[in-house]
Amino acid sequence: MTSAAHLEYVLRLADNALILGQRLSEWTGHAPVLEEELALANVALDLIGQSRLLLSHAGKLEAAGRDEDQLAFLRADHQYRNLTLVELPNGDFGRTVVRNFLFAAFQRALWEALPGSTDLDLAAIAEKSLKETRYHLRHSAEWVVRLGDGTDESHARMQSAVAFLWPYTAEFFTANAVDSEVAAAGLGVAWADLQPAWEAAVLPVLVEATLAIPAQTAFRSCGKLGTHSEHLGHLLAEMQHLQRAHPGAQW
Amino acid sequence: MERKEWPLWEVFIRSRNGLDHKHCGSVHAPDAPMALQAARDVYTRRQEGVSIWVVQADQIHASDPDAKPEMFDPADDKIYRHPTFYKLPDEVDHM
Amino acid sequence: MYTQAIDVPDQQPEEKKRSATALESAAYQAEFDAKLARGDFIEAKDWMPEAYRKTLIRQISQHAHSEIVGMLPEGNWITRAPTLKRKAILLAKVQDEGGHGLYLYAAAETLGVSRDELVEALHAGKAKYSSIFNYPTLTWADIGVIGWLVDGAAIMNQIPLCRCSYGPYARAMVRVCKEESFHQRQGFDLLLALMRGTEAQRQMVQDATNRWWWPVLMMFGPHDSDSQHGEQSAKWGIKRISNDDLRQKFIDAVVAQADVLGVTLPDPTLHWNEARGHYDHGDIDWGEFWNVVNGQGPCNRERLAERVKAWEDGAWVREGALAYSKKRRAEPARAA
Repeated sequence: MTSAAHLEYVLRLADNALILGQRLSEWTGHAPVLEEELALANVALDLIGQSRLLLSHAGKLEAAGRDEDQLAFLRADHQYRNLTLVELPNGDFGRTVVRNFLFAAFQRALWEALPGSTDLDLAAIAEKSLKETRYHLRHSAEWVVRLGDGTDESHARMQSAVAFLWPYTAEFFTANAVDSEVAAAGLGVAWADLQPAWEAAVLPVLVEATLAIPAQTAFRSCGKLGTHSEHLGHLLAEMQHLQRAHPGAQW
Repeated sequence: MERKEWPLWEVFIRSRNGLDHKHCGSVHAPDAPMALQAARDVYTRRQEGVSIWVVQADQIHASDPDAKPEMFDPADDKIYRHPTFYKLPDEVDHM
Repeated sequence: MYTQAIDVPDQQPEEKKRSATALESAAYQAEFDAKLARGDFIEAKDWMPEAYRKTLIRQISQHAHSEIVGMLPEGNWITRAPTLKRKAILLAKVQDEGGHGLYLYAAAETLGVSRDELVEALHAGKAKYSSIFNYPTLTWADIGVIGWLVDGAAIMNQIPLCRCSYGPYARAMVRVCKEESFHQRQGFDLLLALMRGTEAQRQMVQDATNRWWWPVLMMFGPHDSDSQHGEQSAKWGIKRISNDDLRQKFIDAVVAQADVLGVTLPDPTLHWNEARGHYDHGDIDWGEFWNVVNGQGPCNRERLAERVKAWEDGAWVREGALAYSKKRRAEPARAA
């Protein structure tokens, strides 16, 4: 019998991948250079793939007969468990790569900690996803450095992106009951424990990019608890539209 | 003149160990690490490779097509370089 | 490729050839003609008539522009794809189209022009792209119809190009064709699912077919009798099958496919002509075709505006990366 905390934990991972994959797919046809069109699509495809595996797994854990699409397209907004960071609009390319970078560093720390999970399916997904995430991190880090330490304009835009997104990273590590229960059961790692690894990955790159690291504030987003920003509603309305308009139809 | 365009890089991919790197196209990138990533994203989506080389296009030196006759024709009449030139008795022809 | 004339100081073999004497030019022309006659390839550094070079640049870049602009009508439905599997498939397909544009720009660059120049010509309205992409994708079924009919038509055109006389273009087309085969299949598969679904889904497919059929037939270009470039292109081994022949081949193949789907092609005069061994079809509205080609189609302005915006919005990104690389080159030694 799967605990509610176990299911919730997997949904957080699934929804992070789902929502960020959706955001990245919005860049199609609008990337700054042709090579990057293909690169961003590769990242989006990886994330959509991860979300499919994780949502299918969540569906099995839930044992209520819901498959990956029913979970992706038919939940109400407050039932999504993604970090607020990934639902924010893409903004300019600078904001997109900084967001990708901050999130990929987090995902890598997470995937590195999960192969030891007693949930064997989750462990397997983590091992496969780690390779993809390593590439996402490398790719976005290269951009962060080049644009941070490029022209005055690119530096200003990147600094502005970091300043805007940084407060949303506090949510990565806030303690909560789901994490404690899951960690105690050996099913997963408490996200708060990932902070040192995340900082070790992120801070040196920001320094190399000549970008200032913002101070911590009291701001806490809470998408992973189901309380989202105003942005998620619009994203889901677009994403879910066809399924809602044709209930029960096959595609 | 100040170059505003990203340099052109030629891409060579080894599809699996034991084979040579083969030319498969080009990408534009600002520097070598980005060129390698671009090559990976553009040319290996269907598992086409285990190794990538990128070379800036202006670093490639090519033979002059006008010189084709003197560069390549002289090899035509030296058929004694090929094993098939030599007729041996059947008993030892497996050499 | 093989040294761009852009920033290399000394006189390149191509330069020497361009200032050749009349006698030398005649010899080069004879060699060029002989190569074409025996079905040999022309490669990047070989001598070629200026008109051949210019025609290729125009044709290859138009093809490249079409792939890039073509990402927009299909990209329009990625965020609304009705299942995760369909979302991934569509994203991969549109990504392929970006890739095809890239391979084709690369092939054009071997002829002595830069990708940026070509893109600037497109944005300035000086270059053309396939008229089909100036139509809107109004429903999810449009995505299936584009795969089935638009990619189907494109494949008919592209396969002969794998044998075109210019090596880099032919090789790019081989790569494109390998990837293209899944594009048509996924479109047909998408439509099959809809046709086996609800009444609303079936109507969606019929409506999309009605809107796209005639514009797709126009993709093959004007009738041979009205076609400007056909004859010379055929002589040069760039265009191997005529517009009308390709169009006929396409119609003949599609009729059976439409039957399998259970959808009606919106041409009441479409019928099998036993004597000809082909399907007879109705008249194409060439007025609509020229309107669209001349910029007055449903989406011409939006398509170009979106591409221009993406390019302009991305200027700081391209400049930033270039500035970084110049800073690194200026440093004598740097730890990796």
